[in-house]
Amino acid sequence: MPTDSNAPLITAEHLVKRFGDFVAVDGIDVEVPRGESFGFLGPNGAGKSSTMRMIGCVSPVTEGRLRIFGLDPATDGKQIRSRMGVVPQMDQLDEQLTVEDNMILYGRYFDIPRAECKRRAKELLEFVQLTDRAKSKIEPLSGGMKRRVTIARSLINEPELLLLDEPTTGLDPQARHVLWDRLYRLKQRGVTLVLTTHYMDEAEQLCDRLVVMDQGKIVAMGSPRELIEKHSPREVLELRYPAGTNDERASDLDGVGNRREVLPDRVLIYADDGEAALAEVHRRGSRPESALVRRSSLEDVFLRLTGRSLVD
Amino acid sequence: MGTPATVRAWESHFTLYRTIWKSNMLGAFLQPLLYLVGMGLGVGALVDRGDNAENLLDGLTYFQFLAPGLLATTAMMVCTNEAMWPVMGGFKWMRGFHAQAASPLSPGEVAGGLALWHATKGLISVTGVAAVLALFAETRSFGLLLAVPFGALTGVAFAAPLTAWSATRESDNSFPAINRFIIMPLFLFGGAFYPISQLPNWMESIAKVTPLWHGVELCRGAVHGRLGVGEALVHIAVLVSLALVGWLAARITFARKLAA
Repeated sequence: MPTDSNAPLITAEHLVKRFGDFVAVDGIDVEVPRGESFGFLGPNGAGKSSTMRMIGCVSPVTEGRLRIFGLDPATDGKQIRSRMGVVPQMDQLDEQLTVEDNMILYGRYFDIPRAECKRRAKELLEFVQLTDRAKSKIEPLSGGMKRRVTIARSLINEPELLLLDEPTTGLDPQARHVLWDRLYRLKQRGVTLVLTTHYMDEAEQLCDRLVVMDQGKIVAMGSPRELIEKHSPREVLELRYPAGTNDERASDLDGVGNRREVLPDRVLIYADDGEAALAEVHRRGSRPESALVRRSSLEDVFLRLTGRSLVD
Repeated sequence: MGTPATVRAWESHFTLYRTIWKSNMLGAFLQPLLYLVGMGLGVGALVDRGDNAENLLDGLTYFQFLAPGLLATTAMMVCTNEAMWPVMGGFKWMRGFHAQAASPLSPGEVAGGLALWHATKGLISVTGVAAVLALFAETRSFGLLLAVPFGALTGVAFAAPLTAWSATRESDNSFPAINRFIIMPLFLFGGAFYPISQLPNWMESIAKVTPLWHGVELCRGAVHGRLGVGEALVHIAVLVSLALVGWLAARITFARKLAA
């Protein structure tokens, strides 16, 4: 065990990444303690992946200070990379090889002896519930299974820190829940998780703490609960009116709740007491086609902070 | 513990090859055999019967002249193809190079592992050709043992610079053009089928600076025991320089791609 177990695993101070004139990451400060599960949230192009590539010690830091395990990526990249696992956004498996061969081949990059790779592969495939697929080629596996192979493979060097770039993008709900369960178990074993996602449910499920990024900057930081409390009233009232009439109906609702947002398909009213807001809507004689009161979620925070415009 | 990093990067290419080695090795043996029987015996019968046949090829039969060149041309073909599509695959399709770069391996070691693999693949295919040459009395000689590394070196001299260039491509669109406009002309005009002294002077000068001609000369000289030390060193120096320059360039282009 390292002696400095209380020191943060990752420290970033005023971290900047530029590609020519384009600023991908614009001076962020982040600290991740050992054992935490930490998330980067943001729309496409917010700078999440660039940040991850710097932490992964493949992309050089343009400006600022970055330390991982107390080491500098500029000089100790190899040593840092040997102690972490990386689950990339796109699977990088060799489709023509078997699941087991993919694991062994990857373990060899870390100079783990072949026999030991084999032993660990067996254990890890058990962990991701793919033991019966060890001798199968990658190509016929489902997306969720490939993802689990990638996660198992990233653990072959028994990493202290696991980086996951959009781990469940493109998977069906069942596959996502299986993955979340496995990641939660890793966290319980003391592995520090750092992930990017644009799924709010994923962030709420997995992250102890997270930052919301937009245009290369951090716009909010905290636990999912804290962020919701700070940036959104407790409840949301969702009203549906006949298509195309949201704008005119909404003007009847001035002063109801704390804040109102008109979407193409719904009118959202943020309020501390959703039921009371709904009673007020009815009292004013407004008759929506449907009305729903729900607790406000991280998604509301996210959309409020990063805007609703579509980012490609 | 303690395997050099470049060798660890090489292992992944070799692991992939193990899944196709049987069909690949069969091809590496059958293809030169068919070629030699067709060209060497067929065309050879015509050439050797011609006027002044003894002096045309410095006393060699056409089969003896043609066969050793196949060591160099085969290595060229095999290695150039390994230096195009699989490179694109490593960056764009399977993305294996990115996986390597996320591990303790550096971009330079990723490039080094691939270069080492090209040498291995060249060696395998040239050995297949040498095995065929050993079947025929006209080309059976201990010189084949020397010609095998010469052939592999020719392959690497092509693969290394091409790998560096392939790593800068965003798609595989331009790869067929390399085969059509560089590899095919070299194959036809690089001295494998006839002495380049048969070419017009200006073409002969061009042929002499192409790596294939140096490789063909080395292999032919080695197989027939006619290789002078001086000329051998010149040929080797040309091929080694190309391989070295290519390898250094690949370290740079790989780093640009993997560590942006």
